[in-house]
Amino acid sequence: MSEARPLRSRAEATTANFAALLVRAEQLAAAVIPGGHGRRRAGSGDDFWQYRPVQLGDTLRMVDWRRSARSDAQFVRQKEWQISQSVFFWVDRARSMQFSSAPNLPEKIDRAQLLSLAVAILLSRGGEQIGLSGENLPPRAGAKQLQRFAEFLTDLKTEDYAAPQFETIKKNAFCVCVSDFLGDIEKIEKTLLEAATKGARGVCVQILDPAEESFPFRGRSVFDSVGGTMRHETLQAADLSARYLERLAARKARLKQICRQTGWTFYSHHTNTPAQSAVMWLHTMIEGPK
Amino acid sequence: MNIGPLFFTAPYLLLGLLALPILWVLLRAVPPAPIRRLFPAVSLLIGLKDNDSSSDRTPWWLLLLRTLAVAAVIIGLAGPVFNPNSKTKESRERLLVVLDASWASAHDWQSRQGFLARVLKEAAAESRTVALMKTTRPEDTVFQPAQVWERRLAGLQPEAWEMTTSGAFEAKLPQGRFDTLWVSDGVARESRSDLLALLETRGVVTVAEGSAPLYALSFSPQKMNGIQLTVHNLKKTGARDLVVQAIGPDPAGVERILDEINIRLDAGVQETNVEFDLPLELQARVNRFSIKGQAQAGAVVLADDSLRQRNIALVDARKNREGLELLSPLHYLNKALVTSSNLSFGSLDDILLAPPDVVIMADVAELTDANETALIEWVTAGGLLVRFAGPRLAASEVSRATEHPLLPVRLRAGGRIVGGAMSWGEPKSLAPFDPDSPFFGLSIAEDLKVTAQVVAQPDPQLADRVIAQLSDGTPLVTRKALGQGEVVLFHISANAEWSNLPLSGLFVRMLERLSVARSTTSLDQEEMVGTLWKPLKTLDAFGQLQDAQNLSSVTGDALLNNQVGPDLIPGLYEGPGRRVAKNVIDTDRRLERASWPPQIEKTSFDGQTEQALGGPLFGFALLLLALDILATLFLSGRLRQPIVTLIALALLATADTTEAQETAKSISATREIALAHVLTGNRGIDDMALAGLAGLSNTLFFRTSIEPEPPHSVDLERDEIAFYPLLYWPITPDQNTPSQAAYLKLNSYLRAGGMILFDTRDSNVAKFGAASPSGQALRRLAAQLDIPELEPVPEDHVLTRAFYLLQDFPGRHMGHDVWVEASTVEAVQAEGMPFRNLNDGVSPVVIGGNDWAAAWAVDRRGAPLVPVGRGLAGERQREMAFRFGVNLVMHVLTGNYKSDQVHVPALLERLGQ
Repeated sequence: MSEARPLRSRAEATTANFAALLVRAEQLAAAVIPGGHGRRRAGSGDDFWQYRPVQLGDTLRMVDWRRSARSDAQFVRQKEWQISQSVFFWVDRARSMQFSSAPNLPEKIDRAQLLSLAVAILLSRGGEQIGLSGENLPPRAGAKQLQRFAEFLTDLKTEDYAAPQFETIKKNAFCVCVSDFLGDIEKIEKTLLEAATKGARGVCVQILDPAEESFPFRGRSVFDSVGGTMRHETLQAADLSARYLERLAARKARLKQICRQTGWTFYSHHTNTPAQSAVMWLHTMIEGPK
Repeated sequence: MNIGPLFFTAPYLLLGLLALPILWVLLRAVPPAPIRRLFPAVSLLIGLKDNDSSSDRTPWWLLLLRTLAVAAVIIGLAGPVFNPNSKTKESRERLLVVLDASWASAHDWQSRQGFLARVLKEAAAESRTVALMKTTRPEDTVFQPAQVWERRLAGLQPEAWEMTTSGAFEAKLPQGRFDTLWVSDGVARESRSDLLALLETRGVVTVAEGSAPLYALSFSPQKMNGIQLTVHNLKKTGARDLVVQAIGPDPAGVERILDEINIRLDAGVQETNVEFDLPLELQARVNRFSIKGQAQAGAVVLADDSLRQRNIALVDARKNREGLELLSPLHYLNKALVTSSNLSFGSLDDILLAPPDVVIMADVAELTDANETALIEWVTAGGLLVRFAGPRLAASEVSRATEHPLLPVRLRAGGRIVGGAMSWGEPKSLAPFDPDSPFFGLSIAEDLKVTAQVVAQPDPQLADRVIAQLSDGTPLVTRKALGQGEVVLFHISANAEWSNLPLSGLFVRMLERLSVARSTTSLDQEEMVGTLWKPLKTLDAFGQLQDAQNLSSVTGDALLNNQVGPDLIPGLYEGPGRRVAKNVIDTDRRLERASWPPQIEKTSFDGQTEQALGGPLFGFALLLLALDILATLFLSGRLRQPIVTLIALALLATADTTEAQETAKSISATREIALAHVLTGNRGIDDMALAGLAGLSNTLFFRTSIEPEPPHSVDLERDEIAFYPLLYWPITPDQNTPSQAAYLKLNSYLRAGGMILFDTRDSNVAKFGAASPSGQALRRLAAQLDIPELEPVPEDHVLTRAFYLLQDFPGRHMGHDVWVEASTVEAVQAEGMPFRNLNDGVSPVVIGGNDWAAAWAVDRRGAPLVPVGRGLAGERQREMAFRFGVNLVMHVLTGNYKSDQVHVPALLERLGQ
């Protein structure tokens, strides 16, 4: 039936999803003051970095005569390496994210979208290049990229659990993996290690619902995954909670261990905490300390 | 099948209770339904096993709840009945039902009829033919199918007497074999055993008796001063408290309880005596004695003249000289009357101030004019004047030439002396009394002699007026009627000078016969011979006094000696000179309980009704299941969500809407005036009445300061009618008669000043009366209401001027037949007033047939519903109908305010005078 609707309304329906997201993310991003980040090394950039003595191979044009005049030797003015980074986002949009345990809590996917887009906006203002890995969105800078980013973000998937995909990342990129990491841990580990071998640095953000964190269920229950592929029946849910929490802690420990192995950082966020702190943390993590 | 007091109609269903333990085990083994949750982290749960698989079961209290609910349903389905009525044995024989329809079965007649209905139903189910006979009125009967008798059952009524001899009954017994069901009244009689023996030869006899308490009342055999009654207890009961009442009319004529005595009948005591010690005025007024709460003839004892003492005034012209009492004419009269009457002495002026019943003048000849007028007036109003002759009367000129109003005959000059020294002949004796004389039947002793007398002039009327004569035909006592009273003249003196009659017992009896004295002796056999007694009031089986219209008289003989029966109905009889009451239970009778031979099967149809418990049990099961819902919700944790709790509680809480509605209705009725109509059961008429009252309310709202609420419909059995000033009651021929409770409500409503507007709606075809079905229905409905005398609305009734000046009260019909309470006789038109002041209050009823509701009826928009008349004249008639309604409501609310003199000038102006 969607073909029957005119193009404009379809476009508006599609854009309606991410337009709101854009607005909210921009509001969130406005709370954080961005800035171009330095690489703390010499390279092409704008800011002064250091003076170094002239070495073999430097042309006379490179010599900074003002500094050299003050002393006997010749110096070259080096600039700080300010290169725009490529940040690859992977946001888990599978069914397991489309869940919230209470009507006043946002779905995990919603929080994931918000976080990622807010950070992307901040990065984009800071001049970085943002892209989505796993989709056809190579990193670029610019407002149009943001719009495409938002558009892809609102596109929900139908599988129950998704594993991160970092095949298409460039060398030395920065990866942001936003998910609940409840799927198959082997696949996750494999992907992350592969990404790490490509030299990418990154951060894992696990978004969990408070009910998943605390397991407040009692009585005879049947637990279904959101996509319906998995089911677990129990006669006494209260009995399970201790063991579930153990398993959850084990999963988190495993993820932390993977991150240690890859040099990445692990961050756990719950949907009942405000998004702003997560945005600020992420931004700081990606840009580096000032 | 019986378990204790419970009886089960389908006992095999109780086997289902065996399945309950299995149910318990099943419910216990099957845990409650799981809650389905969406949980993405189920991937982490995969593989976790429950270590205690038995830990979540249904809690035991929930199991108990469910088991109880199922048990209640099973028991309810088995049809339990509390206090079952016992059933008779099945049989195929013809059934004869012998009804002891005497006074002793009247107090529980309803339950007897219910029992008979059940018996007939069972007989119909077993297809037996039935015949019904009453022992008190034996008639030929035929064995018929039970359904025929069921239809006739409502018409069976008990009689006020009982079966004394079984001869008449046995003569009417049908032939052949039959089983008998004897519905007995529990009183022992000799005729019972004979009849029982006869019935036993014909078939099996079962006896059914009631167990409701039965008490009877009779005069005590030895009566001292005052009145003594005996209360008989006929059933085995524990100690009871009873109230015996003396009932009679008060000075205004309204029947009241004059005295009440509480007695205690101990357990096992069969008879107790009650003494009434009333002041003489009250005692004279007592009509009857009855036991409160027993509605049967045996508990009512009628009072007759034997309780009444007349006030007799003795007047003598001559002052009594001390020591010469034996010569005083009043002495013998005094002796004759002092024990039985209230005597008063004095001069005529004093006596007539408080008029006595009888005035006896001994040898009084001349009276002052004033005294004479007063005395004539008193006699005309119903007094009895007895005069005795004497020397003074003989010497006077009274009634010589013309008959004096206060003497029955003209007298000859002088007198007559017989058998004296200077006369011829012997002293005369009395001739036997004529059959039409009030003294007929009294025996005359041989030695009664009359020596002197006054003589009457021969007259054409003399023969009629003579009631006693001497052996030679000379009148001795003459009597004439004067207005409503009588004047009697004894031609002898009241002392022993002229005859020895005052010395004899015959004198006392003659005075009694003249309705002068109460007889202290009981009725004498001899006196009763030849007298005829006419029944004034009769007692029916339920203890109600009815007017005896045109019942034949009984002879004094029969009255004295016979038992009450169909030819001697208990009640009040009037005969020569006195009234005698024939009560159901004779004075010296001992009432015993009936005892039956042991081989007779006895059943009882006692008053405990059987109760089917199935309904309440189902209700209980439903309640348990509702609790189960709540419990399950609680267990699954859903009760934490407040919306669920709210819905659950709302479903469980049965809103008591009816009470809320009633309160709302009461508040609406009392906040402002509300008009009301009585629900007749006919939907069309009720709707029309409601619409009519709505139209009237609108009119009142627009035109007067009355602002009524929307009208209400009133169900006489359920609703409170005291709120409404006016009740509109449309009469249909098929309306149900209201219950006794409803009549009590209505009567107290009328007494408190309410008004009922009866509308028979048929004045286009019938006038007021019993000519039309609605008229008859009105009589039936109003029979038990306290309605005063009625008259057609007089022209100057306050209804004609309460708000509008009206002459007619049309409704949809233009009938002129509207009746209201009759005005008092003394209402006279005062000087200068154009109307009489008729009644001081509001007429309690207005009766008409003009179908006012149809004329007043409007729909929701105010347009009239029913066409009235034709064209403009019809609209004028509708306008008059509305005016009548306004007048009526104004009259109800303001009484006879418009009868005040204040309104006269304005009224005269309006009337154009």
